[in-house]
Amino acid sequence: MSGFDWQFFLEVLIGGLLSGVMYSLVAIGFVLIYKTSGVLNFAQGAMLLFAALTFVSLVERGVPFALALIITFAVMVAIGIAIERVVLRPLTNRPPMTLFMATLGLSYVLEGAAQLLWGTQVHGLNLGIDDVPFEVGGIFISQFDFFAAAVAAALVLSLSIFFRYARVGLAFRAVADDQFAALAVGLRLPRIWATVWAVAGLVALVAGLLWGARLGVQFSLSLVVLKALPVLVLGGFDSVPGAIVGGLIIGASEKLAEVYIGEYFGGGIESWFAYVVALAFLLIRPSGIFGQKLVERV
Amino acid sequence: MRIFNKLKRAAVAASLVLSVAVPAAHADEQYFPLQSYRVGPYAAGGTGFFGGFIDYLNLINTRDGGVNGVKLTWSEGETQYEVERGVEVYERLKNNPGVAAWNPLSVGIAYAMIDRITQDKVPLVTINHGRTDSTDGRVFPYVFPLLLNPYSETSGIVNYIASKEGGLDSLKGKKIAVLYHGSPYGKETIPIYELLAKKYGFELQQIEVPHPGNEQQAQWLTIRRAKPDYVVLRGWGVMNPVALKSAAKVGFPVDHIVGNVWSNSEEDAIPAGDAAKGYTAITTQASGAEYPVVKEIIKTLYDNGKGNLEDKSRIGSVYHNLGIVNGILNVEAIRIAQEKFGKRTLTGDEVRWGFEHLQLDPARVEALGAKDLFHSINVTWDNHEGNGYVTFQQWDGKKWNVVSDWIAPDWALLRPIIEKSAEAYAKEKGIKLRTSEDQVTATN
Repeated sequence: MSGFDWQFFLEVLIGGLLSGVMYSLVAIGFVLIYKTSGVLNFAQGAMLLFAALTFVSLVERGVPFALALIITFAVMVAIGIAIERVVLRPLTNRPPMTLFMATLGLSYVLEGAAQLLWGTQVHGLNLGIDDVPFEVGGIFISQFDFFAAAVAAALVLSLSIFFRYARVGLAFRAVADDQFAALAVGLRLPRIWATVWAVAGLVALVAGLLWGARLGVQFSLSLVVLKALPVLVLGGFDSVPGAIVGGLIIGASEKLAEVYIGEYFGGGIESWFAYVVALAFLLIRPSGIFGQKLVERV
Repeated sequence: MRIFNKLKRAAVAASLVLSVAVPAAHADEQYFPLQSYRVGPYAAGGTGFFGGFIDYLNLINTRDGGVNGVKLTWSEGETQYEVERGVEVYERLKNNPGVAAWNPLSVGIAYAMIDRITQDKVPLVTINHGRTDSTDGRVFPYVFPLLLNPYSETSGIVNYIASKEGGLDSLKGKKIAVLYHGSPYGKETIPIYELLAKKYGFELQQIEVPHPGNEQQAQWLTIRRAKPDYVVLRGWGVMNPVALKSAAKVGFPVDHIVGNVWSNSEEDAIPAGDAAKGYTAITTQASGAEYPVVKEIIKTLYDNGKGNLEDKSRIGSVYHNLGIVNGILNVEAIRIAQEKFGKRTLTGDEVRWGFEHLQLDPARVEALGAKDLFHSINVTWDNHEGNGYVTFQQWDGKKWNVVSDWIAPDWALLRPIIEKSAEAYAKEKGIKLRTSEDQVTATN
């Protein structure tokens, strides 16, 4: 191992971890919805696209940055509430697969609506963070990715505080633990679901802006859900810490695999390698690292 | 009101998609079925290209009353760039009378159509893309990868890098990395880069980026470690801006990245922001609105509210100008065929003959108002690419600027490889090789 380039290894590892945080950002949106309503919201990517496209289109029309952020957030909250009213409420008590299919359809509706409203053009998005590297001990670290990781950490911290101390947050946890018990003590499920969809809209906005600044605001933003799926499998569908840890593991392992073993498979392995890692974990822990173990009476 | 207008436009587009009936067949009409994509992931390119194509057809009708009095008609079927939808649109529109040619601008759809159009005897134009071996008209009588096939593009890029380094001899010992999209399109040029590396003595590293290409950290760290002199970007869609941004992250100089023909649009550079400043890419047609034909389109159509692009700032963009050039080539093929077969609605096979005699020298290109927009084309019965020239453009943060002369790819080197591949295809499919005598038969 004397010839092994540890500095390069560390650089790949750190880059992978920072990329993983970006995956976690998307995964958190899934977790929020799944945790409280048991729905795997496939429309999270489309929500992300809708948020980013709305924001950038407003800014390009001369709306100040902060105001555009507020308007977009309001739009996402409105969409969240509308989804609960129009799509989910009529499907209450339907099998999970029905709800999943509904969100799949919803993703197409949102993608189409985003393009109909704001057009099909590709937009650049500058958040004012230079995307140039800084050097630490000979290792290049992306300023932007570092910023994104800090934002993700702040988001997770805020959500944790919200879930632990806020009244609505506690209601979320109660619903997540046992919907029937929550109903029995007088919690109003539709209102809680509407709120959680609105919070998922906020997460979509944050993730949309960061991914939009990274990729450009364009249709393929909705494809970033594909990066979140192995993270969810690995971390658990109902755990915010799981989404973070899962993102870090997936990000680091896929980058290291691409660099060090990619050439033995013809290159370009990182997209499927993430799923290999997730499946391997699935065999050992079917509910993911932090996912709730389900015990069912049969 | 704006939303209402958009809904109205969407309704019109939907009615176009749904409509099976195109204008009734008149003896003096030539019809273009368009497998366009105006929504979905590649809509930005689709609206630009088909917008430019329709603008040119519209210009010919409005200004000249059609091609020698033959009106040009068209209708669109939305494919969203999906192969199955493209084939469905083909089946739906193919029976309309007077079909001139198909122009799907999609490798996947084009591949799926080759057997069908060959049987139906209607030309399939794959400008700047498609199967390289379809250049060989002996095997592919109805397929026309006009101006540039992938092998010529590869040769053009290597020749450009050589010109920057002081000649082909200077490539010896240099390092070139090719970052390619993980798809059949991306992989098509792998053997040609290998061949050219061997011929000119440069060191080559080819690195795959998995589709869609929104993560390239690992690839660019590998590139940084390898320290190549140049990186060739053979990308598509979101892969392109991400490549430019990732290059900036690892400190690779952007002016040493050379993009291929599907990495050369405004949509590839704008999302990358400052990271794209200084980026160079190959093209067969210059961008900008200063060319006489583009000016005429603005004056005749856009100033009268008849232009196809919703956003006028996109006039003269890379995709819009590619659509215009594609329009010129289609219209001139019809004009040439009319000289032989008569000034009337032509059959698909007669238009095929027109394409096989599509020879536009720089003087003719100038007469068409396209001087410096594209160089020339010289299609023959067995060379369906037509020896297009390439040029290179550099992004200044707002627009592309041409930074090279017109460069000729090494066609003589590439032709035997193309013929070998085409002959293998012919053997596999049991196709008899055409001869020069076969070109004159226009049967359908």
